[in-house]
Amino acid sequence: MSTQTIAGVAVDVTDEGFLTDPEQWTRDIGVEIARAEGIDPLTPPHWQVIEFMRSEYFEKGTGPTVRVLGKTSGVSVKELYQLFPKGPAKVAAKIAGIPKPRGCV
Amino acid sequence: MTHLVVLGGGTGGTLAANRLRKALPHAAITVVDEDDRHVYQPGLLFVPFGLAHPEDIVRPRGRQLHDGIEYRVVAIDRVDLGTDTVHLADGTRLGYDVLVVATGSRLVPEETEGLLGPAWMRSVFTFYNLTGAAALEAALARFDGGRLVVNVVDMPIKCPVAPLEFCFLADWYFHERGIRDRVDITYVTPLDAAFTKPTAARALGGMLEDRGIELVTEFNTGEVDGEGGRLIGYDEREVPFDLAVVIPVHSGAAYVGASPGLGDDLDFVSADDQTLQSHAKPNVFVLGDASSLPVSKAGSVTHFQGEVLVENILHFLSGEPLQAAYDGHANCFIETGFHKAMLIDFNYEQEPVAGHFPTAVGVPLLKESRLNHLGKLMFQWFYWHALLPGRDIPGVTSGMPSAGKQIPSPPVTEEVGA
Repeated sequence: MSTQTIAGVAVDVTDEGFLTDPEQWTRDIGVEIARAEGIDPLTPPHWQVIEFMRSEYFEKGTGPTVRVLGKTSGVSVKELYQLFPKGPAKVAAKIAGIPKPRGCV
Repeated sequence: MTHLVVLGGGTGGTLAANRLRKALPHAAITVVDEDDRHVYQPGLLFVPFGLAHPEDIVRPRGRQLHDGIEYRVVAIDRVDLGTDTVHLADGTRLGYDVLVVATGSRLVPEETEGLLGPAWMRSVFTFYNLTGAAALEAALARFDGGRLVVNVVDMPIKCPVAPLEFCFLADWYFHERGIRDRVDITYVTPLDAAFTKPTAARALGGMLEDRGIELVTEFNTGEVDGEGGRLIGYDEREVPFDLAVVIPVHSGAAYVGASPGLGDDLDFVSADDQTLQSHAKPNVFVLGDASSLPVSKAGSVTHFQGEVLVENILHFLSGEPLQAAYDGHANCFIETGFHKAMLIDFNYEQEPVAGHFPTAVGVPLLKESRLNHLGKLMFQWFYWHALLPGRDIPGVTSGMPSAGKQIPSPPVTEEVGA
């Protein structure tokens, strides 16, 4: 874990670049992380997914998996991969400032 | 009279009902399942290789239940949490004081595009149910060479090590037949490594490499094109195959989805990860694969949870705080081929590491041995004769033992001002 300055804000991130405290997140931080992930600009459908991930996280304590996102976010799994080609659950979670979705065991 | 209703007559439902029968001799206990075929699921892995026969791993569900337990063979329609009632498909209702949800998980191949297409059960199979495993035995016997692909579509799945074991056994099987050099084996997983936990993932990844089994990671199967012989990922990567063994995605039982407030988006039931009391309602408890707890969907997990579940149901009925706590203990024999197996033992906090089980004098952990293979074979006897009847297995406790494990010591922190 280390401290990084993203969009002018000092935030705590894991080795993989996930924010450890979702409360530190701002939309500008999301934009900057997205740019580093090769997603620029963030379009309204991106924001729909990002906001859905954050509300799921605050409600359930973990970000949704791709399959659950496809069932519940209103965006199909195919579209999710078009929006976040490197993996919707992981990349969208990173941009949304929530921890990496809990891997299944 | 107290009425306990147990939904599901598999590993969890059976051992819970039998333990509850002993603990509460005067309560009425009803177990419900839609059929009377109890499959010893760890045996499914061996069927495709001719090492077990379907009829050897199935017994009647009702016969595994102790006297004095009512067994109903009927499908479950839904649970009404508000009135504490289970509605059954034949129109009858069961009222309960305590409900145990132990209906496991079901395969939903229809969620993956193309999986149930014309090639299903011709060149695309699963070994995760009895018909699939038996059909795959014939397909493997006919297979004379080419690309064998083993694909996990998405987590969670039952017994997350079983697809790896399938690869190891396939390696052994084609060696025995003298055609290993004509078969390419590829393991295709959505995970970023061979397994979820880092130390075991490294060990298992190394074992795939030693056997010449190719590992494709972070592959999210979007479509199975059976006739074209290829898996197509959502990221447009493709993996070609001549024979595909696919582990379809899993959901909880369908009635969970039809019961308002009981399950999550995948029809699994969420519960306190220590007490096993559901978040749906205090008089509903969850056991085994039916839950959304962050543990493997595996018989050993269900077994270790059983003791805790029964103790907490007794506390609940007496109006006491639920004192028993499940620690996430899981224990799996991993069959590695050539008459060897490896054992892993872990819990919520402790990932699988090397050492011995259950103490320093015991069977080796995270290391292949013949003894572990015998352990795996012997386990079927314990399953029917000790685990299901609700007896304790000597040396195997609900909580995870640490004595024999090589656990790295935590970094030493210096005390400031000392």
